[in-house]
Amino acid sequence: MAAYFASLNPVALWNAAPGGIAQGLIWGIMALGVYMTFRILNFADMTVDGSFALGGAIAVMLMLKGVNPEIVLVVSFLAGLGAGFITGFLHTMLGIPDILAGILTQISLYSINLNIMGKANQAVPVGQVRVFFTSNIRYLGQTIALTLVVDVILIAIFYWFLGTENGSAIRATGINAHMSRAQGINTNRMKVEALMVGNALVSLSGGILAEYQGFADVKMGQGSIVIGLAAVIIGEVLAQLVAGKRLNFILRLSFTVIGAIVYYMVYVFVLWLKFPADDMKLLTAIVVAIFLAVPYFQEQKTSSFHGLKRRNAKLREAMRKAAEGDDVINDTAAEDERQEQTTETGKEAD
Amino acid sequence: MLELRHIYKTFNPGTINEKKALVDVNLTLEDGDFCTVIGGNGAGKSTIMNAIAGVWPLDSGMILVDGVDISGLSEYQRAPFFGRVFQDPMTGTAADMQIDENMALAARRGQKRGFRWGCTARERQTYRAMLSRLDLGLEDRLTAKVGLLSGGQRQALTLIMATMKKPKVLLLDEHTAALDPKTASKVLQATDQIVTENNLTTLMVTHNMRDAIAHGNRLIMLDSGHIIYDVRGEEKKKLTVEDLLKKFEEVSGGAFANDRMILSK
Ligand SMILES: Nc1ncnc2c1ncn2[C@@H]1O[C@H](COP(=O)(O)OP(=O)(O)OP(=O)(O)O)[C@@H](O)[C@H]1O
Ligand SMILES: [Mg+2]
Repeated sequence: MAAYFASLNPVALWNAAPGGIAQGLIWGIMALGVYMTFRILNFADMTVDGSFALGGAIAVMLMLKGVNPEIVLVVSFLAGLGAGFITGFLHTMLGIPDILAGILTQISLYSINLNIMGKANQAVPVGQVRVFFTSNIRYLGQTIALTLVVDVILIAIFYWFLGTENGSAIRATGINAHMSRAQGINTNRMKVEALMVGNALVSLSGGILAEYQGFADVKMGQGSIVIGLAAVIIGEVLAQLVAGKRLNFILRLSFTVIGAIVYYMVYVFVLWLKFPADDMKLLTAIVVAIFLAVPYFQEQKTSSFHGLKRRNAKLREAMRKAAEGDDVINDTAAEDERQEQTTETGKEAD
Repeated sequence: MLELRHIYKTFNPGTINEKKALVDVNLTLEDGDFCTVIGGNGAGKSTIMNAIAGVWPLDSGMILVDGVDISGLSEYQRAPFFGRVFQDPMTGTAADMQIDENMALAARRGQKRGFRWGCTARERQTYRAMLSRLDLGLEDRLTAKVGLLSGGQRQALTLIMATMKKPKVLLLDEHTAALDPKTASKVLQATDQIVTENNLTTLMVTHNMRDAIAHGNRLIMLDSGHIIYDVRGEEKKKLTVEDLLKKFEEVSGGAFANDRMILSK
């Protein structure tokens, strides 16, 4: 045990932290995409695992061809639009259930990504290709600043978009599709649009990550839906803690990115604790399950059959005591007294 | 003017659950008609409303609005012609959006939704004025989430949303059925007021026979997908609940069965 703690090097953690922030900021873009489909559209979109790798695969191959890094990312973004469109098409035009539609696109993207790269992974020779985002420790500060700017711009556009007539229609579709149609909204089109935008953000994020780490792997998106969800959910819990009732939409979006950063800081920390990297997905799944369960249990505390039993036990106790004490009193004044007593006994029971 | 011509709709055709929900229904509503609809459980009242609104396509038949056949249009494409309020207060509004945002959605019914602002400060002022006429205190809660409102408040809001952009026909499907009697009568009062002021053509399903008689200038009774009774004008004004029950037994050869309706005799 002592040997284990002695082997932990605080300097290593300090050195790893900036990388965690950079990754968090990059995955934050992905989380915004997940926010769009999962929270706004209320659509569990499994496409993202594939579209994330799609963005990465395209970015690496274009970089190898010597294409400008800015154009590379634009193409990644556009490819994500396409991926989202396919899922939307499968769902709205062919009537395939949401999760299955996403999985079908995801699976097909696996093959497509392999075809794009020609093999399971491709690396960009370090130093030979100009990139904006790099994990090179010398430019890491620059990368973080740049990614932060990109995130802020994307949040601003996202916020603006959802405030427009079109964005409002997407939100309404996610909340109440029936009502939306009654108000003349083409809900199918809105679903496709939201899936396109969401996956475009995810794919862009994959492209930036590929630039950042200098390679893409056909499996780089595996489980990314869970990481995206983790970011969204951690962000929501934090936002609730920090902003409480004053929580507005722009804060929600910002906290989605912050959620991704927190996730990656925890990731770095857990790795630093020498937690096997292979088990990280398990850990992530557990964290997401817990955070998803929190609101459920909070609700249960105030409204569940089991909770009612407990509350009624208290009530019975209070009534019994009140009945014993009030045998002789029958007028209305006693009513107040009884109530007081009930609350008192209620407190005692607590 | 709304015309239904030879409308047929069968659910689950060819199965043991086959249900002929509408059988050769014909109905013409003149502009300004306020027609109430009554009928037993499963008579097809909601089905007629859904057929008009285009929730699903008809088996056959035509629906004409001002002489133009719209039966080939999908639900959202027809929305510009109709204002709708549903039985379930949850259905007509987006719970997770603010009151003003909901109204802004309704204000754009039938318009292209582009990249202009979804709810401007100026329109908020007009919404406030509309809501204050309801006298439910909603005008001070423009930015509250609709999910926080009571059922009656939500129905009143849905009613405003259905009529703020003047519809060719207002479709009300038991929109007071889920409300307590006091709230129900308040919402009905608001309905009457809005319909008269805007001279709206209206089709209102109700489970309350007295309401069906008291409101509007026309009444139709449905039974197993048929319109079995159609009265208007002076004749309708003189109707009593007993008349209606007798009429029903006479035409359909059985006792009137509507669990909600019998209570409200
Ligand atoms: N989507 C559907 N699929 C299958 N059957 C349906 C569907 N909608 C309605 N029906 C059936 O059609 C018949 C008419 O239903 P409808 O909802 O129009 O009745 P209603 O007159 O509105 O009755 P209620 O007073 O109970 O609201 C019923 O037998 C119902 O079961
Ligand atoms: Mg009905």
